[in-house]
Parts: sequence; structure tokens; C-alpha cells
Amino acid sequence: MSAGWEVVIGLEVHSQLATRSKIFSAASTAYGAEPNTQACLVDLGYPGVLPVLNKEVVHMAAMFGLAVNATVAPRSVFARKNYFYPDLPKGYQISQFELPIVEHGELFISDADGNEKRIGITRAHLEEDAGKSIHEGLDQSSGIDLNRAGTPLLEIVSEPDLRSAKEAVAYMRKIHTIVRYLGISDGNMQEGSFRCDANISVRPMGQEELGTRAELKNLNSFRFVEKAINFEIERQIDLIEDGGKVVQETRLYDSDKDETRPMRSKEEANDYRYFPDPDLLPVEISAEYIEAVRQQLPELPDAKHDRFVNEYKLKSDDAAILTSSRAVADFYEATAAATTAKPQLVANWVVGDLSGALNRDGLDIATSRISSTALAGLLTRIEDNTISGKLAKQVFEAMWDGEGTADEIIEARGLKQITDSSAIEAVVDKVIAANPGQVAEYQGGKDKLIGFFVGQVMKETGGQANPGQVNQILKQKLKR
Amino acid sequence: MMDSYSKSMTELLAGLESGDFSSVELTESLLGRIATLDEKLNAFVTVTADEAMAAAQAADDARAAGNPGVLNGLPILHKDIFCTRGVKTTCGSKMLDNFISPYDATVVEKLAGAGAVVLGKTNMDEFAMGSSNETSYFGPVSNPWDLTRTPGGSSGGSAAAVAARFAPAATGTDTGGSIRQPAALTGTVGIKPTYGRVSRYGMIAFASSLDQAGVITRTAEDAARVLGVMAGFDERDSTSVDHPVPDYVAGINESVKGLKVGIVRQHFDAGLDAECGNRVKDAIAVIESLGAEAVEVDLPNIDYSVPTYYVVAPAECSSNLSRFDGVRFGHRAENADDLMDLYCRSRGEGFGDEVKRRIMTGTYVLSAGYYDAYYLKAQQVRHLIADDFKKAFADVDVIAGPTAPTPAFRLGEKVDDPITMYLNDIYTIGANLAGLPGMSVPCGFVDGLPVGLHLVGHHFEEQTLLRFAHQYQQVTDWHTTCPEGFE
Repeated sequence: MSAGWEVVIGLEVHSQLATRSKIFSAASTAYGAEPNTQACLVDLGYPGVLPVLNKEVVHMAAMFGLAVNATVAPRSVFARKNYFYPDLPKGYQISQFELPIVEHGELFISDADGNEKRIGITRAHLEEDAGKSIHEGLDQSSGIDLNRAGTPLLEIVSEPDLRSAKEAVAYMRKIHTIVRYLGISDGNMQEGSFRCDANISVRPMGQEELGTRAELKNLNSFRFVEKAINFEIERQIDLIEDGGKVVQETRLYDSDKDETRPMRSKEEANDYRYFPDPDLLPVEISAEYIEAVRQQLPELPDAKHDRFVNEYKLKSDDAAILTSSRAVADFYEATAAATTAKPQLVANWVVGDLSGALNRDGLDIATSRISSTALAGLLTRIEDNTISGKLAKQVFEAMWDGEGTADEIIEARGLKQITDSSAIEAVVDKVIAANPGQVAEYQGGKDKLIGFFVGQVMKETGGQANPGQVNQILKQKLKR
Repeated sequence: MMDSYSKSMTELLAGLESGDFSSVELTESLLGRIATLDEKLNAFVTVTADEAMAAAQAADDARAAGNPGVLNGLPILHKDIFCTRGVKTTCGSKMLDNFISPYDATVVEKLAGAGAVVLGKTNMDEFAMGSSNETSYFGPVSNPWDLTRTPGGSSGGSAAAVAARFAPAATGTDTGGSIRQPAALTGTVGIKPTYGRVSRYGMIAFASSLDQAGVITRTAEDAARVLGVMAGFDERDSTSVDHPVPDYVAGINESVKGLKVGIVRQHFDAGLDAECGNRVKDAIAVIESLGAEAVEVDLPNIDYSVPTYYVVAPAECSSNLSRFDGVRFGHRAENADDLMDLYCRSRGEGFGDEVKRRIMTGTYVLSAGYYDAYYLKAQQVRHLIADDFKKAFADVDVIAGPTAPTPAFRLGEKVDDPITMYLNDIYTIGANLAGLPGMSVPCGFVDGLPVGLHLVGHHFEEQTLLRFAHQYQQVTDWHTTCPEGFE
């Protein structure tokens, strides 16, 4: 990034709400059906039909509002955003304009220096999604699929508080984590359930006035958000440094070419002629309702992170990884509760071996091949010295491959750790006898050779001797 | 059977119940009347003879089986704004000339459920925009009292058909007076209930915050009968109100003694035809003779109702009519060059002049930079007008006055002068802006043309209006007079 420039970014995140039926009709919201099989007369905008609000979306929006410390409006109003487009059946989109359901929220991310940074959330409003125009495979014509029309969306608008692509991604990830914690969105980015528009401008460092912004539309992966924003920042700075001017416009990111291109100029953009939708009553929310929603809120990521650090004495980084998804956090807690192993050891295994195995096989925590109970069983055997940490990895892989529980595998493979001192002493004596040269060197002051002797003993015992005991007995026997 | 056409629903119901005639006989006879006489009026867009005969047979069967509905076997008509499954629903427009609705409006469903037999869909001003039925794509409707004159609008076909004794009742819709003004001009009874009283589901929207379905009949008792079936909460219409529906028919027999009738001074000023004014004053005198007390009330902002309406209604219609884009249903221009061409030509060809005028007006008042000065201001004035009514109803039970400023005018007389045309609704628009129930009752003739008495009630006080109207009809016979040529 060129020095001397400050980047200003605001994000509009569109999160599809996980209702079963649409925001204003009883049609299903399920993804992937045959075109136009999940669009009823209301979704098709037939003459005479009327929208009826799905109350579930109000509940979900209120949950989100409370989760980001925002005001949930006692009265919000649906408005019509008027424009013509083939995938917009009524010729207007029902959205919220002057009186959104959520306002004045905030959340916290880590900035480049690792400090906590507050990002303001201007508002979040409810709206219906449009349908989809299809051009591929159709000769000289376009198809319209209205299955998506009327799918509920929560549009979450940030303040222009973000200062880099990295911050933008951190913010978006945070929103993503929150909506999934709340269970109000599946956050599925491939299916378009979670996407964002980014408003980006640059200004000389220290300048008060904002630069002219460009809007990047429809960014649907964290990676694209980062790349698109970085491209756009470079483009704007280069443009201005070359004596040009940024034009206010909407741009699209082309991930194949890694560049942004203008979509349409705002000057030509529609005047949306917003006005309150007379078919829908204002949404009235009582203080009691809000309180009831607050009572039902699950523990949120930040609170869970702090609790993990305090209660389990975990490293902050590990706590952050474990709490990035509610399912992972729940898995961790279930495992920790079922084993005598130390919480940090449990964390190491979940963040380390388990995550590695899941990634390797393209699975997630919900489809893990090792349950929390099974993992707890393994960790307990490390804790009670039945097996060493090293052998535990072998057992873990066997468990992953479905060979049974930790105990069954330890038993079947005879991996039980040798803790019988006399047995270990016998092997130690044998090793000392077989390596007189090394014994002399050690006794001559070459302390590092202890590692060699431990290695020999472990080799002799097939890795099953307790390393602590081996160490202790060796040191004792090698004295003098 | 020959004279059954002039009977009220109450009388017809008695005939059906006693077995004097069947619904099939009644339906056949009225269909025959329509076939011979409607060429004079053009009151129908579609006559649903086959469906009607089947429904009449079903009604007779239900009666024979001992489970008749409350309107079992009674003929009715639907304004062509109500979606009817499997039948063309045009809204008086070329845009929907080819539209067969895949579903029934709630009103249609409820009336069918009560056993009513639908004879056809009535002509109307295009998308209910007009006061003379001259904006219909299917041609103007004539007034049975004088075929060179308008029956009013937009529910002109329904009013003309009921006046011509084609059916005892027809549904209508009223956004600024579209039930009451044609009722006045044709000597029929028309009631527009409280906003939210009747479901709007399946009723093609003109101005959503003002539209309300109602009914045109010849007697207040029949209106009470039909409204009782139409009214009630509908979960498919968020603006319908969950408020109990009283037994309207039972309520009409109570006396109006001791009730107060408010008279608005501005309603009797220079804009009102003097002879019309005299008929209305006579009617109020009759009501006083029944024991009600007339007092003057003030509606200080009522003069702003027409300009307010002509901002709010076009604004909503400009958005409501956006769905007619040639993409999914309705008229589609042929050989469009591109998407914009498809939109422009489909809408340009499909809509008539008055509809276009209102879409343009509405688009303008909602535009950036004009919204505050027009739409927002109009909404503020609307609140003031509603407050005026609220204050007035603290002192009176109904407000009475003229329904329309003149009797029926000649076809073609005002069609090129929209402002004069708009002033036809000057006395009725207030009730729509305030969401109040309004009703027109025939109260005499001027030069052989009917005049209507307008009654406005407080929210959900339809029964009070029906009671006044019924008691008035017990001592007058204007409603029993049949237009010449339709006896």
C-alpha cells in the first residue's frame, strides 16, 4: 500500500436468514430446487396478492441487534424500493428505509497491531431477495428463476470505520461468526447466503474530508473480499497519483482476472422512490419482547472466548480458534468435561490433530470421525500415563480410521506404557552395558548424551516405556 | 318467475326457501335478461353463464340436502377487479385482457362459500381509475336511467347492472368514491366499509391504503346481508382488521331515534347542484322526522381532500402497477428489441391514458427532491383530515350530505377534463383518506335522474349506516322505482 494514504471502507453485509419459508409468503426457502418450483403467487407478484410478514424474521433481526449491542427499534417500517428488473416481479423490492429494525450497533475486531478496535454498525434492516436471471444455455433469450425471490435477508451496514482489507475481512468474519452462533443464518457463501458490498475510498493521511467512493458489489468469499478491496485501493491511489479522479460508481470484482470493473455509474442509477409499503403494517416490538429475546440469546463468541481464557486457562489464540464456531466450542467443552486431561491439552488436540484431520478429509466438526467422548477417552489415557503423547498420535489415527476406541486400540496393539521400574531398569542396564564408549563420554561431562540413551531405551521398549521414568533411572544409573 | 328480477335478496331468499322457484330457474331467467338487455348498457366484461348454472345447481342441491349457505342460490355479480379462478379478470384494461386468474380473491371465495351464484364480471374504469366508466378498455357503460349518460365509476358496471335489475347485488371497490358515486348516479345503495373491514386479497390494487371492497344493492337490508359475508379478518391481508363482525341484518331494524346526524356546511356550498342539494336536505328532514337530531359539524380541512387524494393515490398506483411489465402475465409487446423496449411498449400499449396520467403523477410525487413537498405533505394533511372526522364523531353518530355534486352527466362530457372529473369525488374522498365507512342511499330524482344521500360513520360503525339507510328506506320508495326500459 502506498504510504501517505488512508483507506476508508464500509461494508454492507447481506445475510440470508435461516427461515423455512419466505419473508412474505409461505413458499419454501430451500436451496437448489428446479427453477420456479418454489415461488408462489405472492413471490411471482401476481395481480391482487399481498405480502404477509413471516414473524420469525423479526425475532432473528432482534437477536442480531442485541448481539451487536444495538437498539432494536420499537417501531420499524417496510418500504418499497421501486425499480424495474425482470427478476424483480413486483417492480419493487420490499425493504426498510427510513426506519430500520436495528440501529446503532457495534462489534470489536483486532487491528493490525493486535489491539481491539471498535467498528460501528449503522443499521441492519430486513428485506426480500430478488430472483435470478439466467443467461447460460439459452439462445437469444434470458431465463428467470424466482425461487430466490422473497428469501429473507438481513442487510447489515457498517460505519466507514474499516481501514484496510484485512480489517474488512476480520469484520466480515466476525459478523459471519455471530449470525451462525445465533443460528439465524447458515452463512453458506457458495450458495450466496452470505455476501457483501464494499464501499471504498482513499484520502491523503490527515485529511478530514472523505474521498470519492466506489462500491464493489456481491463479494461472496473472504478471500475475494480481501483481494478485491486491495485491488481497488491500489487502483484508486494510482489513479489519483497520476492526476486522475475517482468516479462514484458501482464496480464488480472479476476473480479470474483479479481486477474490478465498472458496472454502472451512480449518476445513471435509478431514483428508487422509496415510500412506506401500504400493504404492511409497521413492525411494533415491545420492551417485553426484546427482553424475552435477550434471555434466549446464546453465549456470544467474545464472551465465550473470555470465559475459555478464564475458566480453562487457555491461551487467547487457542480460545479464539475454539470459539470461532459454536459447534467447535461445544465440541471442545464436551471433550474437556469428559476427560481428566488438562483443558490446555484438550485445546492442543482439538486445535492441532483434530483440526488437521478434519481439514485433510474435508470434514467439519459436525461430521468428525472422532466424537468428543472418544477423543476424551484418548486424552484420559495420556493423562493417566497409559500411553505417551507420541503414541497417542498413532492411536488417534487408528481411531480416525475407525478401529475402535482408544482403549481398544491400545489393548489390541499392546501399546500400554511400561511404568514398571524394574522392567525399565533391566532395559537401562542392557543399554548401558551395550554402549560403554558413550557411557564414558557422558560421565566425562557430555550431558547431552542423555538423549541418546533415552532414545536407545525407547527403541528397545518399542516406545512404550514412560519417558519420565526412563530419564530418571538413566540419570541415576549413569552417575559416578 | 317473470317478476323475480325486481325482488330484493330478502324476497328472493324467501322464494327459494319456500320452493316457489329454484336457483337454477332464477339464474336462467336473469341470464336471459342480461342477454337481451345488456347490449344497451355494456355493464359486463364477461358473463359466466355456464359457471353460474353449475353454481345454481349446486346451491339447489345444497338446499335440498339441508345445508344451504346464508346467500344460498342468490345471484350476484363481481366487479372485474376481483380475481376469479379460471375466469378472465381484466380490471378493465387491455393489459389484462388475456389474464385468467389462477386463484380466487377472498371476497369471491367467501361469497361462493355462502352459496351465492356469480352471473358475471362487471365493467369498470381501467384499474378503477375514473369516475364515469369511460376509461374502460371494454368501452363505457351507460346509465339505465338515461343511456346517453354515465353510471359513474369506477364500479359503473356493477351499479348499472343492479339498477337495471340484472342482479340484486354486485361487488364493488371504492378508493375515492368508486362504489358510492355510481350508486348515487344509478339510484342504488352502495356501501364502502371501514378500511380493513373486508380483505383486499385478490382485489387488484389501485391505491392500497385507500382501496376497500364493498357492495352495491337496491336495499340497505341486502347490503347488510352481503357485507356480513364479505367482512372479517383475513390472514392473507395484513391490513385487514381482526374485529368482530356484528349481525348487520339484525341491527338494521333498530330505530334511529335520539341519534345525531352531523351536517357539514362546506358540503352545501356553490359546488353542489342546487336541486341535488334540495333532495339531500329533504332526505335529512325525513331522517329527523324519524327521531334523529341534525347538528352542524365542522371539518376544517375537508377542502384539501381532493388534492391530498390526488397525491397519495397516484403515488401508490405508480408502484402497484409496476408489476404489469409484460414479463410474467398480461399484455406483452411483440418483437421487442431489448428489455427496455419490452417494458416501454408493453406498458405503453397495455395502459390507457388515465392510468398513464396517474402513473406519471405518482412517479413524480415520489421522486427524489419532490417526496417531502408532495407525498409527505399529503400524508400530513391526511392525518389532519382524519383528526377532523375523529373530533366530529365525538358529537355525532353519522355525517350526512350529498354523495356527488350533480346527477349523472353525459358520456363524453368530462372525459377530456380530468380536474372536473376528479371533483366528482369531492364529498366521498374524505372517508377513504380517514379509513371511515361510507354509504350512498337513493334519495330522489332531479329531471328523472337519481340523487344519492351520503352517510359516513365512525370506524367499524357500518351497522349504524345500514340502520339509518334501512330506516330511511322504510318510509321512502326511491329504491323501488325501476328505470324505463328495464321493467
